[in-house]
Amino acid sequence: MSDTASASPLPKRSLIQTLEIDTRLLGMVGAFAVVCIVFNVITGGQFLTPRNIFNLTIQTVSVAIMATGMVFVIVTRHIDLSVGSILATCSAVMAVVQTRFLPDTLGLGLGNPLIPWVAILIGIAVGALIGAFHGYLVGYLGIPAFIVTLGGLLVWRNVAWYITSGQTIGPLDPTFLTFGGIGGTLGATWSWIVAALAVAATVAAQWSARRNKLAHEQPVKPAWAELAMSGVTALVIFGFVAILNAYDVPSRVLERAFQARGETMPEGYTAAYGLPISVLLLIAIAVVMTIIATRTRLGRYIFATGGNPDAAELSGINTRLLTVKIFMIMGILCALSAVVASARLSFHSNDIGTLDELRVIAAAVIGGTALSGGLGTIHGAILGALIMQSLQSGMAMVGVDAPFQNIVVGVVLVLAVLVDILYRKRTGEL
Amino acid sequence: MTPLVEMKDISIAFGGVQAVDHVSIDLHAGEVVGLLGHNGAGKSTLIKCLSGAYKADSGEIRINGKPVTIASPRDAREQNIETIYQTLALADNLDAPANLFLGREIVTGTGMLNDAKMEAETRKIMARLNPNFRKLKAPVKALSGGQRQSVAIARAVYFNAKILIMDEPTAALGVHETQMVCDLIMELKAQGLGIFLISHDTRQMMSLCDRVSVMKNGQLVATVRVEDVTEDDILGMIIMGKKPAVAA
Repeated sequence: MSDTASASPLPKRSLIQTLEIDTRLLGMVGAFAVVCIVFNVITGGQFLTPRNIFNLTIQTVSVAIMATGMVFVIVTRHIDLSVGSILATCSAVMAVVQTRFLPDTLGLGLGNPLIPWVAILIGIAVGALIGAFHGYLVGYLGIPAFIVTLGGLLVWRNVAWYITSGQTIGPLDPTFLTFGGIGGTLGATWSWIVAALAVAATVAAQWSARRNKLAHEQPVKPAWAELAMSGVTALVIFGFVAILNAYDVPSRVLERAFQARGETMPEGYTAAYGLPISVLLLIAIAVVMTIIATRTRLGRYIFATGGNPDAAELSGINTRLLTVKIFMIMGILCALSAVVASARLSFHSNDIGTLDELRVIAAAVIGGTALSGGLGTIHGAILGALIMQSLQSGMAMVGVDAPFQNIVVGVVLVLAVLVDILYRKRTGEL
Repeated sequence: MTPLVEMKDISIAFGGVQAVDHVSIDLHAGEVVGLLGHNGAGKSTLIKCLSGAYKADSGEIRINGKPVTIASPRDAREQNIETIYQTLALADNLDAPANLFLGREIVTGTGMLNDAKMEAETRKIMARLNPNFRKLKAPVKALSGGQRQSVAIARAVYFNAKILIMDEPTAALGVHETQMVCDLIMELKAQGLGIFLISHDTRQMMSLCDRVSVMKNGQLVATVRVEDVTEDDILGMIIMGKKPAVAA
């Protein structure tokens, strides 16, 4: 039980080590930056405009929300092929509830302020139930997740069809539509306030973690490194909001808004879109999922089970119930994605979420989630979703043929995993 | 004196195979009892009934004279029974503190994991068990066999085990590391723990154990005090199932 290797004096630490930056994360951010810059050059500066960045973020939200849940599923060595179909079923249920069931059957009347919230709650309940049912089949009955969710892919897609009799359902409730992206933004002032609160919260969390470490006499990084990290965080958050705030609402849209209120628009009036509510929802989900993954027993057990299911079981962890919980979380996230996706379209259509399962899995995998289990991060999956979406919309802007776009995305997926494997071999993680 | 552990008339079958066939063994505080036998003799299966990994078909387990039901690893832990498995049962992707506290994490007032505290506690216990252990932040798959073993042992020691089950604790270790584990077994015994030890190394068992129980084909051949028998007697029991004259 000797360990002579680490008994030698500490080697000189590089800047990245001192700052304790995750090099894989750095690599992904780098890849994302390269994609953005290349498209920006090809499109002659069209890609990195506030407008396109705004669109990119709202296009990413739906897949990114589900990708955070897919991380837990894949970390525990399962897979979920049914997320696109669960999304469709939840969307169908919420559409029917808000346009027919609540206003007509229950007699609340259209436009009742309760309608969107009750519809969302029912949608979440449906997602949670479907997910828990899948988890029960996998965890307690021992059917492989691949089979259960392959079945689910077919079942829920067509349950959605029956709920709506194959019809497109809309228009949806106006409040509900604010979750769609462009239809619901905070505006410049509130966006700045949210940004300031976010910076305050992250910096506070950073320093409280440092205090906790010091209280237990653990090594911490130097104060300047901590300050630098706080500075970078603040810069990223404020920078992102500044870009979104730079995207002004077109004057015709503003004019119509003033007309609707029976006013005339003052000369030279402008307003920015600011932070979309859907993006705010994604950030909130990302924070909650990251806390679950890194700071709670549930997350610890998810990763332990992924690393060694037998060890987890022998440690007294109820791995069957854990499987139910994981698929239930996935189902809830599908429902939240359904809110965003249908609100973005402003109606429910039959093909909503089609092929999303593949985008979601690809996002998680590009984001560094290992299919062999035990490894993966929430922020990685979101970044993976963002990289895929930038590739796709970038190619669309450049005018690449649709079939070729899919070829590129497919190649990138395989390459990303290869790079990840090579990286892990080098760092000895594999 | 009441034995710390009594396993009485334990039987367990898998399909048609009688893996353990009416076996009774016991263990006193401050005693090391060895379980010997060929692969498939049933010693691991028997001991897993005590650690909660399997449930016996019939028979009785008593702890300090009181009958108990052990249906899961959690039940075993509640009886202060800790097990160090042959496979070590570590989650390779997690670090040493996470493994040490797996299933029994220290949480803060708000129910969040207190990683800093768990790391500090791990550092303390490691200072006692393996002073060279420093890689507290690395996933345990990056550790050597001996270091991994000390994580597994620390897990048992930290939670004040009264009954310790060690299944082939030195199988994967080098000479120096094996000696450290042997020293530790003697130290824990001196502290009053009862230890069940499973091993194939007859000579090591002769030096570490007070008594050995030999199994063959799921049945108990005999339990003997090591000072009453020679190594050849024990080999005879293992290979031929031959009961030596001294066996009661």
